[in-house]
Amino acid sequence: MATAVLDKLESIGGFSPLVKLARGQQPLEQINTMFRAVGVPILAFLIFLMLWSAAASQVNTSLGQLPGPAQVWHQAGGLWEEHKAERAKEVAFYERQEKRNAAKLEKNPDAKVKWRTYNGRPTYFDQIVTSLITVFTGFLIASVVAIPIGIICGLNNTLYTALNPLIQIFKPVSPLAWLPIVTMVVSAVYVSDDPMFDKSFLTSAITVTLCCLWPTLINTTVGVSGIDKDLINVSKVLRLSWFTQIRKIVLPSAIPMIFTGLRLSLGVGWMVLIAAEMLAQNPGLGKFVWDEFQNGSSNSLGRIMVAVFTIGFIGFILDRGMLALQRWISWDKSAVLR
Amino acid sequence: MAAHGSANFNEDRIMSSAYLSIEGVSIEFPTPNGPFKALDHVDLKINKGEFISLIGHSGCGKSTVLNIVAGLYQATEGGVILDGKEVNEPGPERAVVFQNHSLLPWLTAYENVELAVKTVFKGKMSKAEMRDWIEHHMKLVHMDHAMHKRPDEISGGMKQRVGIARALAMQPKVLLMDEPFGALDALTRAHLQDSLMEIQNEINSTVIMITHDVDEAVLLSDRIVMMTNGPEATIGQILDVELARPRERLVLADDPEYNHYRAEVLRFLHERHAKPDVPVSKPAAEPKEVVATQTETVVEKEEGPQLKLATSEGKSKQEEVA
Repeated sequence: MATAVLDKLESIGGFSPLVKLARGQQPLEQINTMFRAVGVPILAFLIFLMLWSAAASQVNTSLGQLPGPAQVWHQAGGLWEEHKAERAKEVAFYERQEKRNAAKLEKNPDAKVKWRTYNGRPTYFDQIVTSLITVFTGFLIASVVAIPIGIICGLNNTLYTALNPLIQIFKPVSPLAWLPIVTMVVSAVYVSDDPMFDKSFLTSAITVTLCCLWPTLINTTVGVSGIDKDLINVSKVLRLSWFTQIRKIVLPSAIPMIFTGLRLSLGVGWMVLIAAEMLAQNPGLGKFVWDEFQNGSSNSLGRIMVAVFTIGFIGFILDRGMLALQRWISWDKSAVLR
Repeated sequence: MAAHGSANFNEDRIMSSAYLSIEGVSIEFPTPNGPFKALDHVDLKINKGEFISLIGHSGCGKSTVLNIVAGLYQATEGGVILDGKEVNEPGPERAVVFQNHSLLPWLTAYENVELAVKTVFKGKMSKAEMRDWIEHHMKLVHMDHAMHKRPDEISGGMKQRVGIARALAMQPKVLLMDEPFGALDALTRAHLQDSLMEIQNEINSTVIMITHDVDEAVLLSDRIVMMTNGPEATIGQILDVELARPRERLVLADDPEYNHYRAEVLRFLHERHAKPDVPVSKPAAEPKEVVATQTETVVEKEEGPQLKLATSEGKSKQEEVA
């Protein structure tokens, strides 16, 4: 039983030295391997924290000393406490409302009762969720547009030649340049008495779309145009219909490149989102940073630093997520993906 | 020129009843330095059930001929008629086995054949019939034990077997093979050649195979078509291989007739580095006769008596078998 578990663990990458250590195979070498795989990055991180701490204590700003690792950790705890307090307030609000309405109905069953939703301040964690929803909305729109256009461009050289200058011109444009235009267009076009989305949300999402369209588009084009000519000949001999050819031959062979594009796009989108949210005032992480900056309390820099780490960590997780998705979808399980 | 070509076309059409005829095919490829004429007036008639090898030096346009028959290239002049219909686009009745197998790497061997079968027999076969059909062809190429493996999990020879199964499963009128065993090691190649002969014995399909390998050509073919070097390559000589079937590799290794054919092809390949001085205006119209005279003249120069011995032996052998 124990050996079966060990075997299973060994087959999962990264655990094999640990398993070998448990079996007593060359313990010194296993410890050495583990140290190189895990110990070295941890050591590097510790050195980074020390340098940061030492450097931060040297810098004084108008908001006090630049926060070191300890203060940032403290602020992270503070944000978590605020989140819990806010949730408790929300629960209490609904309980009170429940009681009040129940009491009213008891007195007079025909009485009109009002149910209100709690309108508290969004907490740090609510803001993270908002940011994620916004970035995925923008990213999905971009993917839905970019992949088909990329496929067509990859198959049709004339169209590629026609679109290439446009792609090259729009690709390097900063989100900050798009944002005013997008804001004005959304304000002008999206007019509704009962809007389903906030304008700030739409503005941020569309700005993300405009910036993360390009990597997917370009990589899909390259992937599709690089299909093995013999496979195209196979499809010609079989007289596959256009759609079957796309589905059975073009898409599978372009999948690795499409995913490379999607990963780049999501990375760009997440980076762009923070700037877009700052200016569009979409209640996400970007707005959090901006508000803290405007707030200017002695805690602000620490809290912004927490946001910096959160943004970095989420960006990393998103990339790993895309990688896992690629591994799951891709037919070539042996391909080395990093 | 074009008018002349089309006149020939009609005339030949009436005169011959060949299953597949390549008629006055020339092709030019546009290049920055003007058109490049790869083929010049290739004429060849192939009967049903015949196994033809195309042999020649690299770059002589063998693959171009095959691609024109496949419909992947369009001839600049002349054309190809298969079973009374002109070829003008690729299609499953002219299945191709590509040199580098060209299996879809994301599908298993079975699924690769299935894609072809589903496309070709859509609406003509039930699901169960399709499954039987695919499995039958997998057995035919001895791949039934590994049919659910993906191409990257099987060896080069096995991939090529699947490629052949995929082509045969389309039930083509003519099977086109573009150096099918060129990328394989000698032993694997021998195995595949034996398999191919076995299959050919069973289903007797019409085959055009491109090869670099003289032994392969002699062993497998009914006729060997030797091409001159490009540019403006054409058919230099056609050799009838009248060895009795079924042919055994080991028995033939010592067979003087076999070795004669082999020497014949080798000599052609060594001697004809340029366009042949012998004009081959219309060899395809009566291929057998032309070939007979050609072989005799060539051989008489160098080893006259041996040929007579070999041919008479071969003929008597054939009679025995028959």
